[in-house]
Amino acid sequence: MNMLIYLIPVALALGGLGLGAFLWSLKNGQYEDLDGAAWRVLDDDEAPVSQRAVDTPKAGQ
Amino acid sequence: MSCCAPGTEGSIELSRSSLIMPSSEELMLASRSLTAGIRQTDLSVPGVHCGTCITTIEKALHAEPSVQHARVNLSTRRVSITWLEETPSGRTDPQDLLRVIKAASGYDAHLFMNEEEASDRLRTQLLRGVAVTGFAAANIMLLSVSVWSGAEAATRDLFHWISAMIAAPALIYGGRFFYTSAWNALRQGRTNMDVPIALAITLSYAVSLWETMHHGEHAWFDATASLLFFLLIGRTLDHLMRDRARAAITGLARLSPRGAVILAADGSREYRSVEEISPGDRVAVAAGERIAVDGVVEIGESELDVSIVNGESVPQAVKAGSVVRAGTVNLTGSLVLKATATARNSFLAEIIALMEAAEGGRARYRRIADRAARIYSPAVHLLAVTSFVCWGIFGGDWKQAMLIAISVLIITCPCALGLAVPVVQVVAAGRLFRSGIMVKDGSAMERLSEIDTVVFDKTGTLTLGRPRLVEACGKPAHQAMAAAIAAHSRHPLSEALCAAHVGPVPAIDSVQEHPGEGVAVETTQGQYRLGKRAFACPAQSSSGISGAVSEVVLSMNGEELACFLFEDELRPVAEAAIDRIHDMGLVAGILSGDRECVVSSVGRKLGIAGWRAELTPREKAEAVAALAAEGHKVLMVGDGINDAPALSTAYVSMAPASAADIGRQAADFVFMHEGLDAVPTAVDVSRRAARLIRENFALAIGYNVIAVPIALAGLATPLIAAVAMSTSSIIVVVNALRLNRIVRLSDGAVRKDTPRTQPVAAEVRPA
Repeated sequence: MNMLIYLIPVALALGGLGLGAFLWSLKNGQYEDLDGAAWRVLDDDEAPVSQRAVDTPKAGQ
Repeated sequence: MSCCAPGTEGSIELSRSSLIMPSSEELMLASRSLTAGIRQTDLSVPGVHCGTCITTIEKALHAEPSVQHARVNLSTRRVSITWLEETPSGRTDPQDLLRVIKAASGYDAHLFMNEEEASDRLRTQLLRGVAVTGFAAANIMLLSVSVWSGAEAATRDLFHWISAMIAAPALIYGGRFFYTSAWNALRQGRTNMDVPIALAITLSYAVSLWETMHHGEHAWFDATASLLFFLLIGRTLDHLMRDRARAAITGLARLSPRGAVILAADGSREYRSVEEISPGDRVAVAAGERIAVDGVVEIGESELDVSIVNGESVPQAVKAGSVVRAGTVNLTGSLVLKATATARNSFLAEIIALMEAAEGGRARYRRIADRAARIYSPAVHLLAVTSFVCWGIFGGDWKQAMLIAISVLIITCPCALGLAVPVVQVVAAGRLFRSGIMVKDGSAMERLSEIDTVVFDKTGTLTLGRPRLVEACGKPAHQAMAAAIAAHSRHPLSEALCAAHVGPVPAIDSVQEHPGEGVAVETTQGQYRLGKRAFACPAQSSSGISGAVSEVVLSMNGEELACFLFEDELRPVAEAAIDRIHDMGLVAGILSGDRECVVSSVGRKLGIAGWRAELTPREKAEAVAALAAEGHKVLMVGDGINDAPALSTAYVSMAPASAADIGRQAADFVFMHEGLDAVPTAVDVSRRAARLIRENFALAIGYNVIAVPIALAGLATPLIAAVAMSTSSIIVVVNALRLNRIVRLSDGAVRKDTPRTQPVAAEVRPA
């Protein structure tokens, strides 16, 4: 009985962590493009170009 | 060129595609301004289907100096581009972005309206509900198993209380969808599927709570939570299916122009959106643009593509004083029009009104699931109340009676029934999507499985609406000269001539267009003329070529040098598709606004005996209505504004993605690829889906027939009821997944060559 006092909250907390992680990933938009994500994993190129600064001249232009 | 399969895209004419590309002004209107100097445009690129497409397009776009960020979404076939309005090399023309996409991958990009999806918000809410109730169900089950394994009084009470506290927020958060829906229905004095669900979850929680407070042995919080979990999964699946279909279709480009260039009294030009144009305004229409409003030509001579009015494949010449209609495309020369009607009163709007009148008839179709719900819900309540009363009176134990009533409510819960249809439709819609066919909603698939007649429009549906060079006679040097002259004209025949020519062409500076006749150019050797035979060689009598092909002649000083014959290109695999349609036992027909000789030759080539030609949009709709009156269920396949009313009148309709915006809105299905075999594939998948839906109904009803007596006899606790109900749902889902297996098997099977029998086209008579 003593163990239950802390085991049950631990179980709930762990479950809550999982729930929180799922809700975060939902909010982060990770389910927007599942097909695309599957293909991007196989992409061999270097890290994709992310937001470039407005005034950076393009290399090689 | 395509990034994926070599040779499948054929040679793409970049210059011709600018005819259907949205103008720069439209793109600017459609893009959003993020911060000063940065805009975002979302384009629909239906052709992307693999990882190479993503990397090709993104790399090509990132190579542009004006593009800050580009991302392709493979699931929704869209690309989102963030770009700078000004770069060191000048103002950005958004059309360049489309050209870059086309050059890199060969795919067309379209504009679409980004209606900020309230449905997307609902989807997120549903998913959150599923997550929370799933968490609750799992944890409560954890505690319940402990209780069943033999927890004694104090521990059991503790577990029950913890379960109650977990279940309460989950009930409210997950159950709110059902509560609001049930409340809305009850307020209007009727019941729907959600009322027994809401009752069941509330009652089971209430009784369990009461039991817990009185140190009872049994509580059913696990039943409540599991029930909610599975029900929400079903709801989410249903919503996902509608959501995806709707977003895909209404998101496609608007090919009708959003605006036009107005000439003010002082000659200055201003681009205004189409709603702001009033009668009397002078509208400037450049060559290649679509006319935005009805009007009369003031200045200029040109040729118009009038397929919106009659599907006519031959351009119509106009000059000062000619009346022009909104939606037609100005081909060869620039014009200044005086608007005679607002966009709202134009010919386009009249067509839309015709469509909406027919739409009302469609809405009367009741989906199978809704029809079943009307009788099911009252029956369930009646059963639960009866069992409660009977057990209470004859058994004496009212608590037991309440539990049995709750079990009855849970076990009769229409979860399997509610899933039976959406799950199959989600799987079928996904299957169709992979074949490049987009469905508007599930009822469209139900209707498609019932048809017995298929009616096609000709131009743009059976044919690609593009002329193709079939024969060229003349010396290669003369053919090269013809191609050089044709390069200066935007007439569809000229562009086809240019496209078909390979090799170097002599350089020509400028030509004179004679709208409706041809093109002339003066050189040192003499005057070259390229155009109709009567224009190029006035002295010669007609050559007797049948009207089904178009003829273009190159002459010098009246003497014929070369002759080119064109015909409208049939869609790829059109003949095989029509064969498949006949194999399926369907009758095929053609309804067209084009000339009789052209339609009859197309009908002959494809093996369709029943065709009618030279029909107006209204007559097409009437023909479809006549077929319906005879008891046929008609599938109408058409592309554009001249058959949009017919698309709405038909029992179910389909349009190619290249259709005009109105055609796409009116149609239930839109197929993205060029091949016509999308039509028989869609019918095939819909038929299999209908069969699986019937199987699912049988399974769901069979389960009820077995389970309800068990619950009525008092042999089922609420938990057993919840488990049984969930199992039936799972069975229904697994059965639906069989669609993929069945269809894949049949695709791989060898199709034996049956001789094509003459179709019984008794109703669709030749004109």
